[in-house]
Amino acid sequence: MTNVQDYLRESHMPHIWCPGCGNGIVMGNIIRAIDELGLDRDKTVIVSGIGCSSRAPGYMDFDTLHTAHGRALPFATGIKMANPDLHVIVISGDGDATAIGGNHFIHACRRNVDITLVVVNNCIYGMTSGQFSPMTPTGKFATTAVYGNIDRPFDLVNLAGGAGATYVARGSVYHAMQTKNYIKHAIEHKGFSVVECLSTCPTYYGRRNKIGDAVSMMERLRDDCTMLKPGVTEYDKPFVIGEFVNREAKEYTEAYDEVIMKAGGKK
Amino acid sequence: MNRIEINRKWCKGCGICAAFCPKKVLGLDEETEKATVVNQDECIACYMCELRCPDLAIKVIKEGDK
Amino acid sequence: MSKAILLQGNEACVMGAIKAGMRLFAGYPITPSSEIAEQSSILLPKVGGKFLQMEDEIASIAAVCGASLAGKKAMTATSGPGFSLKQELIGYAAMAELPIVVAMIMRAGPSTGLPTSPAQGDVMQARWGTHGDHPMITLCPSSVKEMYELTIKAFNFAEMYRTPVLLMTDEVIAHMREGVALEDDYEVVDRVHPAEAPSKDYLPYKVEEGSMVPPMAAYGEGYHFHVTGLSHGETGFPTNTPAVHEKLMARINGKVKENDPNFAINEKYMTDDAEHIFVAYGSVARTSMNIVKRLRSEGIKAGLFTVKMLWPFPKTEYQSLLNENVKNIIVPEMNLGQYVGEVERYTEGKAKVSLIAKASGELFKTEELYNDVMAVISK
Repeated sequence: MTNVQDYLRESHMPHIWCPGCGNGIVMGNIIRAIDELGLDRDKTVIVSGIGCSSRAPGYMDFDTLHTAHGRALPFATGIKMANPDLHVIVISGDGDATAIGGNHFIHACRRNVDITLVVVNNCIYGMTSGQFSPMTPTGKFATTAVYGNIDRPFDLVNLAGGAGATYVARGSVYHAMQTKNYIKHAIEHKGFSVVECLSTCPTYYGRRNKIGDAVSMMERLRDDCTMLKPGVTEYDKPFVIGEFVNREAKEYTEAYDEVIMKAGGKK
Repeated sequence: MNRIEINRKWCKGCGICAAFCPKKVLGLDEETEKATVVNQDECIACYMCELRCPDLAIKVIKEGDK
Repeated sequence: MSKAILLQGNEACVMGAIKAGMRLFAGYPITPSSEIAEQSSILLPKVGGKFLQMEDEIASIAAVCGASLAGKKAMTATSGPGFSLKQELIGYAAMAELPIVVAMIMRAGPSTGLPTSPAQGDVMQARWGTHGDHPMITLCPSSVKEMYELTIKAFNFAEMYRTPVLLMTDEVIAHMREGVALEDDYEVVDRVHPAEAPSKDYLPYKVEEGSMVPPMAAYGEGYHFHVTGLSHGETGFPTNTPAVHEKLMARINGKVKENDPNFAINEKYMTDDAEHIFVAYGSVARTSMNIVKRLRSEGIKAGLFTVKMLWPFPKTEYQSLLNENVKNIIVPEMNLGQYVGEVERYTEGKAKVSLIAKASGELFKTEELYNDVMAVISK
């Protein structure tokens, strides 16, 4: 087992997240995935945007970058293009990735730069205290949806797949072991990979929607999720977890190397 | 024997570890409201408490491991 | 000096950037800066560099910031509407101290305005476009050769001061073609790398005694440093401590000084005995030069101060012009009056400051400007 502590900036712990928040579970699983794959820590960069989950890089002992709201992916694209030898992992929340960063998200999927994006989906803007996000299910409550959310949520997995991501998986913080493996596969995958992690926000989402405490929210994830089955399109549970997309396509930095060749330049 | 170490400085007492331990090895200390080992002998080193701890405060040490 | 070659302003900008060491460009198409993207896409791969056409203006400057952190010199280019969109990350680069260059070609605004017409209406936005107190270095070429040379300087300043630098001019200079004879060589400056090896004690924002600019490591070298737009101390990690924030603000703003001798690059033409001094920048400086020469031929003591360093305001150089001979300071601008306010502030009542404004989307014509100037002088 990975000694997660070895990868943390211990002087910054304990973290700022609320009791029962899923961010720590996801952060731990990213670290375990990195450790199990044996990535060179000096060549691994963790990038985030703004929001609760985007505070994760500050605790992780790598080269780390906390960017502006929604902009983690284009920063990461610049890093990877400037130095393709780096492993670039982006941590983003549902609001960060799909609202303010939505355009960057679909274009990163389309471009297929070898970057791994982990979206911690707690269905709410936590840092600003509980407004609905593009991933809040219809009918749920938030500080800006006190009469019930009328927006329809994105299906991140379909969005990523449709936009061209070459590896797409969904896990949950309850299904920690599977999700860690999805993150591992995503990092190993050559091309743009997306792992959505269904997560918990007991403080804002849980309380406002009367789901109860962290344990109740974890039970909800346990009971509301079902595994993806080949050929099956209709499920009796609200959330399907598994590996949805795993395909090969030309990776962008490699494609650009061919541009350099054509232009007569040297790497 | 398998062992569980809890970093009480990091534990925020959410109770996830105790609620989902298949062998009821963990509980919450009534006084400190932090995770505590109540039944060490039963631990089967499934690591689920460690993997699901939001505070990264749990370390499972399997018998024979360092 | 090399043989003269015919270059377009935007083209010269890219050539200067590559000479300065640019190895990544990220941009989004926008008139009248698009040739900078086009030329970058052609020329960068020839030197092993990379061109990215991003999904929008914000993504472009974000990618440039990322590349800078990975150790590459990088630039984006834009015009008014795109400049408005980039403002947040210009502030990010100032706060996180990332050396980047933004080439900014002014067209007539506000909003979509006159996309193909020249203007100088973004001069104050250049200084104060992003939120919060921040340093800003802005260079303004008024010839194609200067597009080349000041782009090199823009990269040098970005590297020296670890801050975003604007290379900003109007559409006329960007799109005009001139014969350019480049010098044999130009000085190229690279960022200072930390002298120490990576260790747990590494402080990414620690400055050496006597310096205000921290050395900069690149991602992937083992330093494991953290970068954020949140306020931070030497460690790079976020803090809410007022004293730490105050110290950071003093340092990042204080490192770019009005009286820095490196910034004394502005040009004086017949200003020593002048009674009427033009203060002009970009294409307007060229028209102003015509007027000054004509006035001199008519026996009127006119002079020209061409501003190449718009920000920080060239206080020392400008104020040295203000001797007892000077009656009029004339500021022609392709806007309704922006830089003139700063000129007035630094004149401190020592001469009469007059604005000649033109905001029609057309450049100043010599005859027209001459008549306007005569109206000022004869008052």
